[in-house]
Amino acid sequence: MKLHEYQSKQIFAKYGVPIPKGRVAATAIEAGEIAAELGGRVVIKSQVLVGGRGKAGGIRLAKNPRETEELAAQILSMEIKGLPVRKVLIDEAAQIDKEIYFGITNDRAARKPVMMASAAGGVDIEEVARVTPEKIIKVHIDPLLGLHDYQTWDIAAGIDLPRDHWRAFGQIAHGLWNAYVACDATLAEINPLVITADNRLLGVDGKMVIDDNALFRHPDLVEMRDLDVEAPSEIEARKYGLTYIKLDGNIGCMVNGAGLAMTTMDIIKLFGGEPANFLDIGGGASADKVSAALRIILSDPSVKAVLLNVFGGITRGDEVARGILSALNDVKTGVPMVIRLVGTNAEEGRQILADAEMITAETLVQAAQKAVAAAKTN
Amino acid sequence: MSILVDKNTRLVVQGITGNEGLFHTQGMLSYGTSVVAGTRPGKGGEWVLDGKIPVFDSVKIAVEATGANTSVIFVPARNAADAILESVDAGVSLIVCITEGIPVQDMMKVRNYLDQKSVRLVGPNCPGLLTPGECKVGIIPGDISISGNVGVVSRSGTLTYEVLYALKLLGRGVSTCVGIGGDPINGTNFIDCLKLFEEDPRTDQVVLIGEIGGTDEEKAAEFISDHMTKPVVAFIAGQTAPPGKRMGHAGAIVEGGSGLASDKIKALQSAGVRVAKHPEEIPSLLS
Repeated sequence: MKLHEYQSKQIFAKYGVPIPKGRVAATAIEAGEIAAELGGRVVIKSQVLVGGRGKAGGIRLAKNPRETEELAAQILSMEIKGLPVRKVLIDEAAQIDKEIYFGITNDRAARKPVMMASAAGGVDIEEVARVTPEKIIKVHIDPLLGLHDYQTWDIAAGIDLPRDHWRAFGQIAHGLWNAYVACDATLAEINPLVITADNRLLGVDGKMVIDDNALFRHPDLVEMRDLDVEAPSEIEARKYGLTYIKLDGNIGCMVNGAGLAMTTMDIIKLFGGEPANFLDIGGGASADKVSAALRIILSDPSVKAVLLNVFGGITRGDEVARGILSALNDVKTGVPMVIRLVGTNAEEGRQILADAEMITAETLVQAAQKAVAAAKTN
Repeated sequence: MSILVDKNTRLVVQGITGNEGLFHTQGMLSYGTSVVAGTRPGKGGEWVLDGKIPVFDSVKIAVEATGANTSVIFVPARNAADAILESVDAGVSLIVCITEGIPVQDMMKVRNYLDQKSVRLVGPNCPGLLTPGECKVGIIPGDISISGNVGVVSRSGTLTYEVLYALKLLGRGVSTCVGIGGDPINGTNFIDCLKLFEEDPRTDQVVLIGEIGGTDEEKAAEFISDHMTKPVVAFIAGQTAPPGKRMGHAGAIVEGGSGLASDKIKALQSAGVRVAKHPEEIPSLLS
């Protein structure tokens, strides 16, 4: 789950990272009031969960409250990469001397968190990593021991940070680490961390991504979720404990298990079709869950055929079949459906579906071929 | 012969009194696995499954009382890291964690602790292991596979079943099937299993089932090219997965241009691995 800039920076501030004075606003009038409180020049920043806000015109400077109000009104009426701007952050404009990249993420290969910094800050760090990886200083942190002071000095020295900033930098590093641990983040990033004209370190922009698996112990963070970044069907699916991802094709898929669901998508493509979604009903799905899954698939108007592929282990074929019947009772549809049931109680499942006018298949290849053919003729 | 689990496996089930724990313990018993104990803090002294399996308060007590050498974990995600650490300290030699959805920071701590010990972890978020005809630890349906000379290692669950079933339909049997799980941080990886299969006299060839995310398949390809004498056939799931989206498994995500199925397939092919276009093609690529 991604957090907005203003949310991330508030969390960082709680852990001792200096950030610009400022507040978030939902209306232009509010934005003007905040600018008046702050006095002087401010920066108006759209709060949307996509990159490239600046290029899209979603970050602007204003000299006074009146200009802030005008620009905020403009930005609040924008859509950036398909996402509506609902909030703007009004921050005191900083006089910037130098920009630094500073972040922590999980290094999957090393099985440890890695703290990264670069003197080439303010730009896309993935681009720096690709073109000039030597410009990024990396320090792995033992998750059992935590961050140590000497590691922060190593980073400060590595990015040629002037020595008079090392102490403040060490505090910021510990703050970022503590925020990362406390929030179960998979990414905590200050980009840029700037040296201001009056020689202070300041976290001007921030970003956090929270581990979805850890949200059960962070009810406060769950409340920060921005539902705009997800399709309504994805939100609906999550309510039922389903993993659904909308894609561009026209063959709806319902599968048990993530690996098999991906494979089912791949095989549809292999035989000339395009999957409309990824959908994993998980293990041991009840009839209710299956029914919800099928209704979500059928609510996508581009779906011309549905492929149901269930390899029963803990998931039972009869339970799946009952779910399908219940969904077909709720939603009358002419969309052709191909079903392949194998494994636990598959035979019982087939009997339940005998009158449901579904196209049956024995193998995965057959199922894919039949679904592709059905989508073409429908 | 086989790898990791066999007739000598003596199993303790952590979380045996839960629905899943009970259901799958019954499945493992029916398959012939020696399930010697279960644990549930606070329920020590009880018996489950018609008095067949004793329940203990901790893995340590269960190991002392029954000589269990392997544990399998069915406890919920919020307690699963704790359960793994409990088993590490209780002195079993193999821990199999079925639980899905463990926070990644928990797993990083567990993994860094495990690296200081000699115990092996398989999983989490995995279907477990099956040595057909001898022993099942976990949730792989027993009737979809027969005994034979093909070693199977996989990051997936039901996709593994699909492959086992496709092998069985063509009369191909399996020495051991290891589901290593779909999480970004896990215990046993492809290379660990490839090493074991290379040394196992009953395994003549290996099927490797990977998916998008991370670089474990690429590393496996390097290992195969440098160290494997036995032929390897592979399948990689997720060729049509869009970048930036987590495809069900916590580990299955294409990030910053890495973790692509096409890169994995290319790496495996240049290591001499035959890569199947779909799971049902795998049996025909075996020697």
